[in-house]
Amino acid sequence: MLLAALAALMVAVLLDAATGPARLPLGAVARAVLGQLVDDSVQAIVWSIRLPVALMALAVGAALGLSGAIMQTILNNPLASSYTLGISAGAGFGASLVIVLGASLPVPEAYAIPLNAVLFSGLACAGVYLIGGARAATAEGLVLAGIALLFLFQALTSLLQMVASPESLQQVVFWLFGSLQKSTWSKLWIMAAVLGLSVPFLLRDVWALTALKLGDARAAALGVPVRALRLRAFVLISVLTGVAVAFVGTIGFVGLVAPHLARMAIGEDQRGFLPASALLGALLLSLASVASKTLSPGAILPIGIVTSLIGVPVFIWMVLRTRRSYW
Amino acid sequence: MTIEINALQVRYGARTVLHGLTLSLRPGRVLGVVGPNGSGKSTLVKALAGQLLYAGTVQFDGSALRPKSVGYMPQDVQAPAALTVLDVALLGRIGRLRLKVSAQDLDAVQQVLQQLGVADLAGRYLGELSGGQRQLVFLAQALVSEPKVLLLDEPISALDIRHQLEVLHVVQATTLARGLCTLMVLHDLNAAARFADEVAILHEGRLLACGLPEQVLTAAYVAQAFGVEAEALRCQDGTGVLVPRRPSVPV
Repeated sequence: MLLAALAALMVAVLLDAATGPARLPLGAVARAVLGQLVDDSVQAIVWSIRLPVALMALAVGAALGLSGAIMQTILNNPLASSYTLGISAGAGFGASLVIVLGASLPVPEAYAIPLNAVLFSGLACAGVYLIGGARAATAEGLVLAGIALLFLFQALTSLLQMVASPESLQQVVFWLFGSLQKSTWSKLWIMAAVLGLSVPFLLRDVWALTALKLGDARAAALGVPVRALRLRAFVLISVLTGVAVAFVGTIGFVGLVAPHLARMAIGEDQRGFLPASALLGALLLSLASVASKTLSPGAILPIGIVTSLIGVPVFIWMVLRTRRSYW
Repeated sequence: MTIEINALQVRYGARTVLHGLTLSLRPGRVLGVVGPNGSGKSTLVKALAGQLLYAGTVQFDGSALRPKSVGYMPQDVQAPAALTVLDVALLGRIGRLRLKVSAQDLDAVQQVLQQLGVADLAGRYLGELSGGQRQLVFLAQALVSEPKVLLLDEPISALDIRHQLEVLHVVQATTLARGLCTLMVLHDLNAAARFADEVAILHEGRLLACGLPEQVLTAAYVAQAFGVEAEALRCQDGTGVLVPRRPSVPV
């Protein structure tokens, strides 16, 4: 199954690198990707523009799938994801603050938006944890706090849009739609490093996360430090989502649906569930990236719109066709 | 390796649920805890399992009872739909599990699943099982942890009569073979009479009686605790049986 998933990812990357405004033959793109001699212009388009985008789609998709899976596990709620619980909205508000008001940390302009997005995704995570855990960090309390923060950040972002200049407004709206087109190799390495750094945490806590599916009380009775585990998981979610959203804007659906598909395929033993959610998230966003460049000839649709337009009906179909109850 | 429970008191807010219980659990013996609804049976088990704060002391072999020593099967367990029976049972050994489950852990779990008659369900999701089957899986989880103390909160409440007998036999035999201190909450007084070495009756958070089943499960105590008139009979093999007749005075 793992091999099939990796093969599907490779095909998706190749397709993604082969699609775009400039029509390139698939064979030439494949040769360029493999480092074989091809026309200079093909080489430049593939390596400077399309591969960073295609690989960023994988990395961001994996980060969103993984953070959604962790969130659904620690909150024991199938509706949980960075998008539905306000973490992405927090990041969006942070980015909008820079775009509209120029309010940011004293850093070079190019880093101001991503850094503020990461900062506010962290603040949103902390808010969910502190408000939801004010009495006891139960899953229900955290979900309710997340929903409240989602509405708060959406309202604040709308307020910023109201006072924004037409140019800023356009930039905010485009950013909120999500786009992979500003991906670069340096951003890609940062995203990949964050994903890589999350692995030791997950290896350490994989059984504890599985135990959490039995409920807080049962997990605690098995010796799992539930509060500390949730806190560690929230920090990880905040970093994964923050960095992903910082580079490509808000992308819904992937973090919600990839874990559902993984759950249907292999269950909730977190040893398989987490990597499968990451792989499926990567695959979904990669395919969405291909679709964003082919649905409307000559134009590139914002990736966030594509993920929702294609993904939601597919998701509903999958939920309806399955006879088992997984959540 | 005795458990000494001394003056155990548990409060939920302003309400005191357990009023200073003093009990002992001895190795290789099953203590059956019975009592009407709301008498504090589950609270007692939760306190011993480290799930509730309490006043008083619980000493195991002279020092505080640690959760690691306890195999606990709660009364109500969330049953995640997409975890398999094997996953759930394995979690009983969570402290020693690595990413790749060792053959030793797998063997231990499969042996217990076999013992409880659910080995053929190992690959099934918990969400697909009946309530009774789930109960067996969580009993397996408690047993695979290789505990020194076994706390079972109504382990047979959802089981048919055949499975009830099988489970009670497994609990009795495992307790004896491993020298466990076992506390088992039961609603069925006759099951307690037959499978517990000692019985404690709780009533309104207090210990009404504790001792050998034939000394404790008497018509007088049953009337006092449950408000039920019962007749104590003796079978040919010498075991006592309580036959409830009708509610007597309100409890």
